Amino acid sequence: MAPASDIDKLYREETGRILPTLIRLLGDFTLAEDALQEAFQAAVEQWPREGTPPLPRAWIIQTARHRAIDRVRRGQRLREKTALLEQALEGLSASLESAPVIADDQLRLLYTCCHPSLAPEAQVALTLRTLCGLTTEEIARAFFVPTPAMAQRIVRAQRKIRDAGVPYEVPERSELRERTRAVLATIYLTFNEGYSATGGDSLVRVDLCEEAIRLGRIVVTLLSETLRAEASAMLALMVLHHARRFARVAPDGGLVLLDQQDRTLWRKDEAEEGAALLHKALSLGARGPYAIQAAIAALHLQAETPAHTDWAQIVGLYDRLLAIDPSPIVALNRAAAVAMAEGAERGLAQIDDLAASGVLRGYHLLPASRADLLRRLGRFEEAATAYREALSLTRNDAERRFLEARLVEVSRGR
Amino acid sequence: MITYLLTIYENEKLYEGKPEEEMAQLMGEYDAFTESIKKSGNYVGGEALQPVATATTVRVRDGKRLTTDGPFAETKEQLGGFYLVKAKNLDEAIAIASRIPGAKAGSVEVRPCVDFSQQG
Repeated sequence: MAPASDIDKLYREETGRILPTLIRLLGDFTLAEDALQEAFQAAVEQWPREGTPPLPRAWIIQTARHRAIDRVRRGQRLREKTALLEQALEGLSASLESAPVIADDQLRLLYTCCHPSLAPEAQVALTLRTLCGLTTEEIARAFFVPTPAMAQRIVRAQRKIRDAGVPYEVPERSELRERTRAVLATIYLTFNEGYSATGGDSLVRVDLCEEAIRLGRIVVTLLSETLRAEASAMLALMVLHHARRFARVAPDGGLVLLDQQDRTLWRKDEAEEGAALLHKALSLGARGPYAIQAAIAALHLQAETPAHTDWAQIVGLYDRLLAIDPSPIVALNRAAAVAMAEGAERGLAQIDDLAASGVLRGYHLLPASRADLLRRLGRFEEAATAYREALSLTRNDAERRFLEARLVEVSRGR
Repeated sequence: MITYLLTIYENEKLYEGKPEEEMAQLMGEYDAFTESIKKSGNYVGGEALQPVATATTVRVRDGKRLTTDGPFAETKEQLGGFYLVKAKNLDEAIAIASRIPGAKAGSVEVRPCVDFSQQG
């Protein structure tokens, strides 16, 4: 018996491992993907009838290699090329048994998918498709893009890799730092897409977070020590955020803010793992934006209650973040932390300065943060005006419901 | 090896008022660059183009020839020259393109050529 869900699970777990090796050996994304798809298709047809083979993964690999050879034979008239391919594929099963080869292939593929000659959104899509085994439909849904448009984006990127001669390799030392930054950015973008509550199918979004973390783990193990610092910091940041996932969403799907989250729902083991990763990153010399944000996340997780949070240290960390990576959003977060550390008036003054500068015009979290501080100060009428402004700007349903509830509260003078 | 066309786009107005010694220095940089890619074996060909004021665009519509004054497209930066190079992959082609002196003021487009011998 091979229920469809078992094959699904195998597909999800093995694609990211088998595909990079197939792509390296075949030198062609499309051929490798097609062969793998055909192998899984064959599994769906045969396994329920004939029973699951004793070594499902080996079966998939064998079938994929036969299909690849068939395809090349059909499409290629050059016999010697087929012979070479057969030879290359002979060693495939052996190489798939040795973990370092798989890992090397995954890293090579990650750098290929994140080549700077590809558009950033194509980098993310291609990474999810070839290293995480997400289907085009799933990726399209996650990014709110129609499936045909996403399919076109992926196909175009694959064609560019083939036709423009994007190398299938980890870049040379001189470029490695810059290119690694792009790889980390792609992974973090993937995570954020899953983490930020912008609606959509919540299940797929948790999947995105988990895939990003899985990729982050691969990168951390494969990079040399000098580059591992930032990668570990990014992994720490993702793990620490992810540890709060069960507390961030109410049973009705609504958003729960940090200070109202049920802290018993935070995953303690993950918080500890994240803290250990951060510690490791710092000891390797990580001092960049990922490390600072991870430190902020770790301080939140350490606090047993909102009142126990070390807000003074968090404000200090935001200062450092602003110094190396200035952005108005960071300034807004800092103002919210100042409100906790030094009182709502101080925070409100800083938010008002930001509002006056106009840089965050149209960003709903600015009036939402203002509204929250005004509410805490008991200035309900002004708070209501700010909540209305935030409501006119937000596009997310969960957030809308949250803001509407608050608006009702302050309108009643509570 | 893949053949790439590296096309150099610059605002040609920048050259109009340039003092002679600056132009001479730039030409020297181009000579040195060309020499270096000849030596490394990447060079296939290359030319500098006269300004777009010398360009004529030809179209044939319904069998009728239309000839107009000027380039294919009026843009802020103009095609001013090109190199044809052989490189092992896009990374090598990008590395060569980034050494073209014109990349400092303008931009260089890197495009692979179709290899017809690989088709069929």
